[in-house]
Amino acid sequence: MRGARSAKWVAGAIVVAMAATACGGDSGDDKKSASGKPEGYVSIEVGEPQNAPLPSDTNESNGSYIVKALFTQLLEFDDKGEIVYLNAESVETEDSKTWTVKLKDGWTFHNGEKVTAQSYVDTWNFAANVKNNQKNSFWFSDIKGYEDVHPEKGDPKAEEMSGLKVVDDLTFTVELSEPVPYFEYKLGYTTWAPLPSVAFDDPKKFGEKPIGNGPYKFEKWNHNKLFQVAKYDKYKGEDSAKNEGIQFKNYSTPEAAYQELLSGNVDMVRQIGAKDLPKYKQDLGDRAIEQPYAAVQSIVPAFYSKPFKDVDPKVLQGLSMAIDRETIAKTVMNGTREAATSFTPPQVQGNQDLDIPSLKFDAKKAKELVEEGGGVPGNKIWIQFNADGGHKEWVTAVCENIRQNTGVECIPDSKPDFQTDLDLRDANKVKGMYRGGWVADYPLNVNFMRELYHSKAEANSGRFNNKEIDALMEKGDHAKTLEESIKLYQEAEQVMAEEMPAFPIFNYKINAGYGEDVENVNVDWHGDLVVSEVTTK
Amino acid sequence: MGRYVVRRLLQSIPVFIGATLLIFLMMYSLPGDPVRALWGEQSVDPAQIAAMKKDLGLDLPLWQQYWNYFIGLFQGDFGTQIASGRPVSEVIGEALPVTIRLALFAFTFTTLAGISLGVLAGLRADRLFDRGMLFFTLLLISVPSFVLGYVAQFVFAFKLDLLTPTVQDSEAFGDLLMPAVVLGSLSLAYVVRLTRTSIVENLRSDYIRTAIAKGLPRRRVIGVHLMRNSLIPVVTFLGTDLGALLGGAVITEGIFNVQGVGNLVYDALFRREGSTVVGIVTLLVIIYLAVSLIVDLLYAVLDPRIRYV
Repeated sequence: MRGARSAKWVAGAIVVAMAATACGGDSGDDKKSASGKPEGYVSIEVGEPQNAPLPSDTNESNGSYIVKALFTQLLEFDDKGEIVYLNAESVETEDSKTWTVKLKDGWTFHNGEKVTAQSYVDTWNFAANVKNNQKNSFWFSDIKGYEDVHPEKGDPKAEEMSGLKVVDDLTFTVELSEPVPYFEYKLGYTTWAPLPSVAFDDPKKFGEKPIGNGPYKFEKWNHNKLFQVAKYDKYKGEDSAKNEGIQFKNYSTPEAAYQELLSGNVDMVRQIGAKDLPKYKQDLGDRAIEQPYAAVQSIVPAFYSKPFKDVDPKVLQGLSMAIDRETIAKTVMNGTREAATSFTPPQVQGNQDLDIPSLKFDAKKAKELVEEGGGVPGNKIWIQFNADGGHKEWVTAVCENIRQNTGVECIPDSKPDFQTDLDLRDANKVKGMYRGGWVADYPLNVNFMRELYHSKAEANSGRFNNKEIDALMEKGDHAKTLEESIKLYQEAEQVMAEEMPAFPIFNYKINAGYGEDVENVNVDWHGDLVVSEVTTK
Repeated sequence: MGRYVVRRLLQSIPVFIGATLLIFLMMYSLPGDPVRALWGEQSVDPAQIAAMKKDLGLDLPLWQQYWNYFIGLFQGDFGTQIASGRPVSEVIGEALPVTIRLALFAFTFTTLAGISLGVLAGLRADRLFDRGMLFFTLLLISVPSFVLGYVAQFVFAFKLDLLTPTVQDSEAFGDLLMPAVVLGSLSLAYVVRLTRTSIVENLRSDYIRTAIAKGLPRRRVIGVHLMRNSLIPVVTFLGTDLGALLGGAVITEGIFNVQGVGNLVYDALFRREGSTVVGIVTLLVIIYLAVSLIVDLLYAVLDPRIRYV
């Protein structure tokens, strides 16, 4: 029994040690309960941001909600895609090449520092510099001198872009390397927001407790649980906070968040999980939100792949025509999508009623067109999608449509996740077509064409290459006025309707909901809930 | 016994190195570039991707990456997350206490309820209570945990309004009650069945008959003689079960919004956060090694015939 007794002792010690670790974990965390919400605050389901909320390093939706609360850029857009000035008094240009920005007076960062022209210039130089690893650095590539701070290879040659010049405290000029008529629209993205001078000393430390110039100031961040901001009383913008503060709460699944909404522990959810979609309207009544926003879901042919190499556009038109978008949106997608009617969503300027026959369902004509165009080599196509994005159902339905209506064999080509999917696209290894999505960066038709279908665009993973369309886009980029530019892009879209560089399938809708304790919950053109306007009852 | 423990600990070193290397290689061979994926479907910026990879050391050859990681481990450095730029040790440090709390809770529930129900069923073999237990445990085994989770949520949180539907605060044991019970219920069923069978078998054995014939009180026969021997298979099961519980439970954590290790690993896998996955798996390997050592030592406590030299 000697061995047994000492083993008993060992086991006892281990049990004690384990209990101790559990207790040790307790004292380390913040003691305050996560559900304790201060008076007048509203809470919303927004997950842990991918990284610290710096405007120039945030390109995903969780982070952008938080950036929007903490920072304010020069301007934003209303529901019609018109410009509303926030921190800017005016943004003017004569030749679309040199832009003069005047700031509103009296704006301060949350630490009391004045927001000046210098703040903007310093921030943009910081954001563009390749050494600072900011994910949105390419947004600054229009500015003259960008190549010096962000060379394609090697270390930057300069610390500042030569195109940025401070005129006085509240005025600065931006010289672009080439005229961009719609440059002002790009400025509406939060990535252009200014940082206070303390940020540049230690960006990493700054990111843990960010100081912005926005309607809310930072309060606390319990990683993976809660990000809390409080109303900034000295905020001067038009979009000042209507509530006392916001709690961004992280939930591991949309389903869990929805349960919390029903039991009143969170005020707003931005998405409804598949399990609750069929019944959330009954549960919530008029507190359910369903609204389309500026984003397009497409199926894109890879023009280097076997089935689509040197394909006759008629075949593409036919295949697209074989898809019954309306029915799929209504049945398979539970009404969470809307059938697409053009290459751009209705929320952007320059969206036109194209009346494209190839986007309208016509089984008979579809088959004729495919046959006329000589069909597809091997009579077989693939649609690649990522299995982790909830696309399987509709891609399968689209394939079913194509198979039945044109006789072309269509195979949903499932890839385990988004990373794998992107890898294959980048490496030109898509077997036939792939699923693509695009959410508007700025509400102009340009954004849905220039970045996706110009032969030199980075996101043109289908490697579509059409000289006529390229030329029209380039002409649009060099147009004298914004209106002219939009118009030239509309012309390009007309040609695209013939050539079909992609099959637009759906426009996205946001499916969200809010609780009984709050009101005035609205959705912006971008599909985000406008949290600053929400009031408590 | 001391020598035995030392030998076991020494044996665990190659297991530890092998496991980290294997996971490292697996993460490396998965398709998909985590740095590139930060840009999603937006326009990508090759220069920035290259700069970020250089800073993270991801541009080095594989063996060098592993070497750097391994050396870092000994200095307590688990690496840095690609997307968030936070140290992995900090991220694990947030999730692990939550999982430990939940696991211990579920484990205690499984052990106490499972063994007592099993003993009761075993002593009343083939009577009504035993039949009832058979039905009950079969039910628990056959119902998937997410169904159980949603049903429990619906009944206890919405119909009866007794508990909060999800975990608000991972330190409140009231909040953890429902996920812990759901998490522990599958093991509970196994523990009940294992204990019951073992008890029934040992009740018929010679040494029990001897004990009864000696005129020992029934309590002592059951509590000491019968239980001790019958618990060996149960302890084996409970040992590995504790390891599994500490490894996190993706589905249950998801339903009840527990920010534990399961979710962390799941997210990290999807984002190809190699250092996070390897870090957690390394910890789990250590936990499994420790638990299996404890189980082996417990055998000696339960069965006097087993000795370690």
